Amino acid sequence: MSTQSNVMPESSLRSQGVAGAATPAARLMYWSLRRELWENRAIYVAPVAIACVFLFAFSISMIHLLVQMHATPGLDPMQQRHLSGQPYEFAEDLIMAASLIVGLFYSVDCLYGERRDRSILFWKSLPVSDLTTVLSKAAIPIVILPLLAFGITVLTQWIMLMISSAVVAANGLSVSTFWSRVGISHRWSMLLFHFLCIHGLWQSPIYAWLLLISAWARRAPILWAALPPLTIGIAEKVAFNTTYFGSLIGNRFTGGAEGAIIMGRGRAMDPTMHVGPLSFFISPGLWIGLAITAACLAAAIRMRRYRGPI
Amino acid sequence: MTCIEAHGLRKQFGTTAALDGVDLRVEDGRIVGLIGPNGAGKTTALQAILGLLPYQGQLQVLGRDPWTQRAQLMRDISFIADVAVLPRWIKVWQVMDYVAGVHPRFDRAKAESFLSKTTIGLTRKVRDLSKGMVAQLHLALVMAIDARLLVLDEPTLGLDILYRKQFYDSLLNDYFDGSRTIIVTTHQVEEIQNVITDLVYINRGRIVLSCSMEEVESRFLEVMVHPGHLGAARALRPMHEREVLGGSVLMFDGVDRERVSALGDARTPSIADLFVAVITNEGKQVQGAAQ
Repeated sequence: MSTQSNVMPESSLRSQGVAGAATPAARLMYWSLRRELWENRAIYVAPVAIACVFLFAFSISMIHLLVQMHATPGLDPMQQRHLSGQPYEFAEDLIMAASLIVGLFYSVDCLYGERRDRSILFWKSLPVSDLTTVLSKAAIPIVILPLLAFGITVLTQWIMLMISSAVVAANGLSVSTFWSRVGISHRWSMLLFHFLCIHGLWQSPIYAWLLLISAWARRAPILWAALPPLTIGIAEKVAFNTTYFGSLIGNRFTGGAEGAIIMGRGRAMDPTMHVGPLSFFISPGLWIGLAITAACLAAAIRMRRYRGPI
Repeated sequence: MTCIEAHGLRKQFGTTAALDGVDLRVEDGRIVGLIGPNGAGKTTALQAILGLLPYQGQLQVLGRDPWTQRAQLMRDISFIADVAVLPRWIKVWQVMDYVAGVHPRFDRAKAESFLSKTTIGLTRKVRDLSKGMVAQLHLALVMAIDARLLVLDEPTLGLDILYRKQFYDSLLNDYFDGSRTIIVTTHQVEEIQNVITDLVYINRGRIVLSCSMEEVESRFLEVMVHPGHLGAARALRPMHEREVLGGSVLMFDGVDRERVSALGDARTPSIADLFVAVITNEGKQVQGAAQ
């Protein structure tokens, strides 16, 4: 192209410009996400490591149980708990906590880090818009991490199920009774819903706020992210002796009442649970949160355009 | 075609004007050296051209507004903003994959063939490469992009003489083909003397001289004046005079070549000497105007 373009009329040069526009948005997003996973391996390493440690501990408890059951046949209440849904809940909680922590640290650092190490100058030398970049970084905690954590949890629980089934079978007990007690398939469908709705949609304003601070702060983004909510909370406490703001923030982390509708603790096969998804999607809390997410992300996109290396 | 066109380009940082009304026109197929003292506005000008900074005034790069259309513009522009802006955590194959993924005009095979001439392995991390190797890697990436404008801001800062020479050699031999445009800023003015086709001097946010190298040759003369002719030479109103070992060197702008040659050894000044003459001259004019 280059040797010819000297003699080419302006119109053909322009058409080449159009030909150069060929990278589709989905491809740009795909490579931006891959880039994030290359840089931040903690996104999958941390939950996997937690899961491995948990599985190791679980195996030991199962071996222990096997030995005990050989000594005294029949299950005492303590042993029944080992074979109930409880360890499965515990695995979920651990992996959720790991993915939450990874997501928080990722969000507060990603747009700050690229400015601090000056690599933003390299990223901005490529035809990837600030919109694509910020959205790809937001997708990590809001979409990718919940899905990854779900996958890791399912795999972990499946391995746990296999181990405990072997223990159950070795004692001549019914494996199918055990499976129904754990209620694994129902558990997994609820879990996916929980990860996508609570860790994805419900918590998204937290991540969007952190991304905005990360794009804006010239130093100490963690401090800037934490101080304003803290100050508001303390001011409210001092002025009105109430803690609405604090509980509002707390609800964002825990899932709040809306989250509890979906994933009531114990996760019993309660018929009212089927009402859950709908009331979650029509709750004002969700939509206010999503509006805050959109506003923070829009501001972060604008901020990235203005901010250079620090 | 015009590659860059700026009219009254201004950029204010607080109370200081980094760009104070820059008018600049760069045609396609030129290699422009943008030269100025520290804080003259070189980097600010380049950042405005690359869409990294908002500005006042008119600026068109390849027919687009860089501030609002940076992403589209980057399909046709490559730049090396500084040495060592490649992310330190990335592996060589990853950066290749990524650029190939997002850039419609990146030729991966070309980049790999450039790299094969170096000792940089695909599995190495940028963190583990020397500064010179990082510059080589970045250059290999940039040269494999079929861009219309390449902007180099201090691309060889902190590299040793061997790398610097290689850098410009490969740029000229393997990249420049007469139709692309290159803008380069550097503190090592001498090293681009034989590379550039056009010269732009910038000082205090203003363009103080903008001309082609042919024009430099025809306009400017530097004469090592014989001591006896000093008075006659000064009568021709030199733009700059400096003392060197064994005499005075006077620089003239647009003076009759034969007349001056009679006064001593005449030659075209180096761009470094011309730079000093133009900048100090401008300083005097500013002082004169102030008085």
